[in-house]
Amino acid sequence: MTDAVEAEHLVKSFKGSVRALDGLSFAVRAGSVFGLLGPNGAGKTTAVRILTTILTPDGGTARVLGHDVITEARTVRGLIGLAGQYAAVDENLTGRENLDMVGSLNHLPRPAYRQRTRELLVQFQLDDAGDRPLKTYSGGMRRRLDVAAALVARPAMLFLDEPTTGLDPASRSALWIAVEELVSQGTTVLLTTQYMEEADRLAHEIAVVDHGTVIALGTPARLKAQMGATVLDIGLAGAADAAHTTELLRSTGRSGAARVGDSVELGVDDGPRAAIEILRLLDQAGIEPHRFTLREPTLDDVFLSLTGNPTADDGLAGADPDRGSFDRQRSGDRGSAPGSGRGARRSRRQARRGAGHG
Amino acid sequence: MTAEAPGAVTTPAPSTPGPRHTTATDLGWLIRDAWTVTKRNLIGYTRIPEAMFFSSVQPIMFVLLFRYVFAGAIHTPGFNYVDFLMPGIFVQSVAFGAVGTSIGLAEDLQKGIIERFRALPMARSAVLAGRTTADLVRNVFVMLLMLGVGFLVGYRVHTGIAQFLGGALLVLAFAYCLSWGFAVIGMAAPNSETAQVMSFPVLFPFTFASSAFVPVQTMPGWLQGFAVNQPVSKVVNAARDLMSGHVPGVSSATATWEAVVWTAGMLAVFAPLAVWKYRSRI
Repeated sequence: MTDAVEAEHLVKSFKGSVRALDGLSFAVRAGSVFGLLGPNGAGKTTAVRILTTILTPDGGTARVLGHDVITEARTVRGLIGLAGQYAAVDENLTGRENLDMVGSLNHLPRPAYRQRTRELLVQFQLDDAGDRPLKTYSGGMRRRLDVAAALVARPAMLFLDEPTTGLDPASRSALWIAVEELVSQGTTVLLTTQYMEEADRLAHEIAVVDHGTVIALGTPARLKAQMGATVLDIGLAGAADAAHTTELLRSTGRSGAARVGDSVELGVDDGPRAAIEILRLLDQAGIEPHRFTLREPTLDDVFLSLTGNPTADDGLAGADPDRGSFDRQRSGDRGSAPGSGRGARRSRRQARRGAGHG
Repeated sequence: MTAEAPGAVTTPAPSTPGPRHTTATDLGWLIRDAWTVTKRNLIGYTRIPEAMFFSSVQPIMFVLLFRYVFAGAIHTPGFNYVDFLMPGIFVQSVAFGAVGTSIGLAEDLQKGIIERFRALPMARSAVLAGRTTADLVRNVFVMLLMLGVGFLVGYRVHTGIAQFLGGALLVLAFAYCLSWGFAVIGMAAPNSETAQVMSFPVLFPFTFASSAFVPVQTMPGWLQGFAVNQPVSKVVNAARDLMSGHVPGVSSATATWEAVVWTAGMLAVFAPLAVWKYRSRI
């Protein structure tokens, strides 16, 4: 079995000392969908730009379909397709002209790329709009065209950098279907996203990236299993109650408790038993929850527990100044976490986060 | 990190490169890719007719301004002022037109199109070659328009047709080489607005402290030193000699030769610099 992408210890710093990639390593199995999941600024886009030969890394190596991205950059460019975070299509051209241009620049013969353009316009439901300038396109149509442009040369390896950021739900699910069709035809896909739902739906394997390194790797199911069999979600009257509850739980050995605004989340293996215990505990302390649910863990929970940051579509926890310290404690206790030196790495990250970002 | 995770999809890599490249020489691909990018830019220009219209209004206003407002105050021994003026206007118009190169490239960078180009197996310098070539085509139209306006306000050719065409070619060649200079600015600017404000401070001293609109002899001594020995004056003098009639003081051959050397020199410096900037810009 071959790996379509092999990234080893990639390092990249930008002017002004930001270390975008800090020893990033992962491998993408041929024919699979691999998700790079992480918050803004985690280094996902930098990784994609290195793998698509747009950037050269400061350190480390990367191979795409067996070719080195630095020494065989041109060969790599001939094998890949890229749809970027911003729809990189020409505003002034029509959809058809955009695709024809990309076909020509991919060095396809003219009849071949004209034919391919027709196919793609139909496949992405743009045939009616094909001869209109892009100025008249909606955001979703532009993004579809951008993905179509990445597919002009039938690449064996497709890179999608946050393909659905800013799209409405209908366009998003249409794009997901298109990606699934490609994969069923044998295309390997590397996808970056901030959306759990997207990674969960599309990816066979996920690397959670934060501050330029992989902090967790596995199938969506396995990552979720790390959280414990179930997640206990307790809704409380206010932030003070939530903080109190968190401390209470931790003092009784449930160190995984984390406060999210007015709620407390806790991964537990012994769901019903834990529920009884905790309810008793809360009752003794005079705390009355208004919600008490046991649910399946989501990738959101995993993401939160690993990065200490809420996901893109979770606005709640951003305002919580205590989050960082809770999370630090919590991650130290979590035995099932992958990678041995994670505790140390994590403190470094936390220190940096304290100095820089909120 | 390994990929030993379960949930396997184990299709082997479809690693055949497909029907792409390596059938023509690199130069062949450069020309073809540059032409593709040129076409894309030209189509872009035709899709924004407003921009085309207003970018022609400004040079026409310059003609009217100098022809009717300043003409009476400017003495040009040996020439009607309009004959003196028009070659200067040609050079000024195409030089201003070359600013479009920096704005266009900065915009492409900003919008992410260049990012897409970088990930394609196309010739790398084709993006710049395509932009400068499209701007050359646009400058041919600017030149024809200015010629028409010139004839309307009394400009007449006092040399032969071959000389006149030679002068026009020289002006366009100068514009093309200048485009590469502005390409460097476009690659260095953070966005298109900045590209524009970065371009004009470079352009203004060269076009106005030159022989384009007034005889340099009327300038103060310290300025004459600059005005006489800079490329715009060299090209204006040669174009004037070829298109309007012999300029006293320097032989026609010397004037032409100097202008050609300056023009070629600009290309030799700016083209590699712009390509280097394109390659290194993140």
